[in-house]
Amino acid sequence: MIAHTVFFYIFSLIAIVSAVMVTVSKNTVHSVFFLILDFISISCLFIMIGAEFLGMIMLIVYVGAVAVLFLFVVMMLNVAEQKGQWFSSRWDGGTHIPVGLLVSLIIFFELIIVIGGWKYKPDLLNSLSINISTEVTNTRSIGNVLYTDYIFLFQISGMILLVAMIGAIVLTYRERAGVKKQSYVKQISRERDEGVDLVEAERNKGVKIDA
Amino acid sequence: MDSYFSILLTEVYKILFLLVPVLVSVAMIVWLDRRVWAFVQKRRGPNVVGPFGLLQSLADALKYIFKEIIIPASSNKLVFVLAPVVTMTLALISWAVIPFGEDFVLADINVGILYLFAVSSLGVYGIIMGGWASNSKYPFLGAIRSAAQMVSYEVSIGVIIINVLLCVGSLNLSDIVLAQQNLWFIIPLFPMFVIFFISALAETNRPPFDLPEAEAELVAGYQTEYSGMMYAMFWLGEYANILLMCAMGSVLFLGGWLSPIDIFPFNVIPGPFWLIFKILFLFILFALVKATVPRYRYDQLMKLGWKIFLPFSLFYVVLTSSFLLYFDLLPGK
Repeated sequence: MIAHTVFFYIFSLIAIVSAVMVTVSKNTVHSVFFLILDFISISCLFIMIGAEFLGMIMLIVYVGAVAVLFLFVVMMLNVAEQKGQWFSSRWDGGTHIPVGLLVSLIIFFELIIVIGGWKYKPDLLNSLSINISTEVTNTRSIGNVLYTDYIFLFQISGMILLVAMIGAIVLTYRERAGVKKQSYVKQISRERDEGVDLVEAERNKGVKIDA
Repeated sequence: MDSYFSILLTEVYKILFLLVPVLVSVAMIVWLDRRVWAFVQKRRGPNVVGPFGLLQSLADALKYIFKEIIIPASSNKLVFVLAPVVTMTLALISWAVIPFGEDFVLADINVGILYLFAVSSLGVYGIIMGGWASNSKYPFLGAIRSAAQMVSYEVSIGVIIINVLLCVGSLNLSDIVLAQQNLWFIIPLFPMFVIFFISALAETNRPPFDLPEAEAELVAGYQTEYSGMMYAMFWLGEYANILLMCAMGSVLFLGGWLSPIDIFPFNVIPGPFWLIFKILFLFILFALVKATVPRYRYDQLMKLGWKIFLPFSLFYVVLTSSFLLYFDLLPGK
């Protein structure tokens, strides 16, 4: 049990420190790297409490896909160095502090509600409608509730994500003129008659081909 | 406290027992790659250092160790140094879950295949970090290309894994192998095996998908600014990843440590040897592809990943699951 505790504190320390570093570090690319470190240590914590499926999904989805996109955007926008303009990166020189404060207050109250639930209802986990058995692997038990009791919520969240994706594509898509596109079907189905032309070339005059 | 120490010692011993052979075989596999490549092209390949040139990779490694490590002045030094370390570490830690035989695996975890998938999806960071930290155009372009390529092909590998999991009913790699005792998954899922093989080529930046290091366009891609041992670490990590993809292919489709037929001369050969044979077989396929196929264009690569492989493997998921449901073969009920 000692080793378990030691590892728990190591991972939580890394998680907290890197979470702070995400907001504090001046180089935005470093921020994203710290965010990745944070995700990794949190998935380690998930694995330590026995939720290995959640931990791995956290790694695959957040670190393997979402953070890569973050990194892409941050690198492409070339906002790597923002010297001396903390909290004032808005285009009109204003600050983000009020909005940031509001969001963090909301998150803070949400946390209070969740933790309060644990504090005033000690057997919260037992009183839930799902009975958690230790014999089944957690992958199987998540599947058992996700695809039976919560199937509609699951499908609806999938739909919302799909709509969001389509929305993003519609917003950013623009038709570009003069782009040459390759069509395999067209290339393969080309016949000799279309490709080859026999031309009578007149002497000293030649033929014009790009008509 | 004493028991902790002994546990630690046995674990370290096991890890060394796994990693040293992996590293040695990575060196050998580089030699094999070059030899196969040479034979296809009617050359001799490395044949001077040691018998058949077997020690060529060791000689190369020695050369890399004694070369100077140059860190560009304008690079982001910490990230620059970390990038090859990340690549190498990620390539090695995934070997922990590969089962070499029944009960012959370092960490027999419940979500083995997810672990493999997660670690291979982290592999992109070594490349992005290296490309960005070099603070130079070619490495950056190479890193961006590589990241886009790896993220796209991971999606289709994920869907292919779902196909296998539908037939197994477990995420444990040993269970996946044991489920193939009667029939290797390559037979019912042959199209998925082909797509897995091609996606593995793209995932490990092997030709014909080696666009991140297309030397005619990008010098050496994300490795351009690296030298000495740091370059060698990228290179070792890359080959360890290729071996890992071969191991994953053998576990998922070729029955892992199982012998092809369960009769006398075959089933006396111990399981690990079968796994090694299968890995080598897949690797020689990798090498033959490298020797014969020209490089893809970037838009063709993206088109292949997103518009052909992804829809087809999704369709195959539907096909597999309906087949299993209709014939009542679904596992784990």
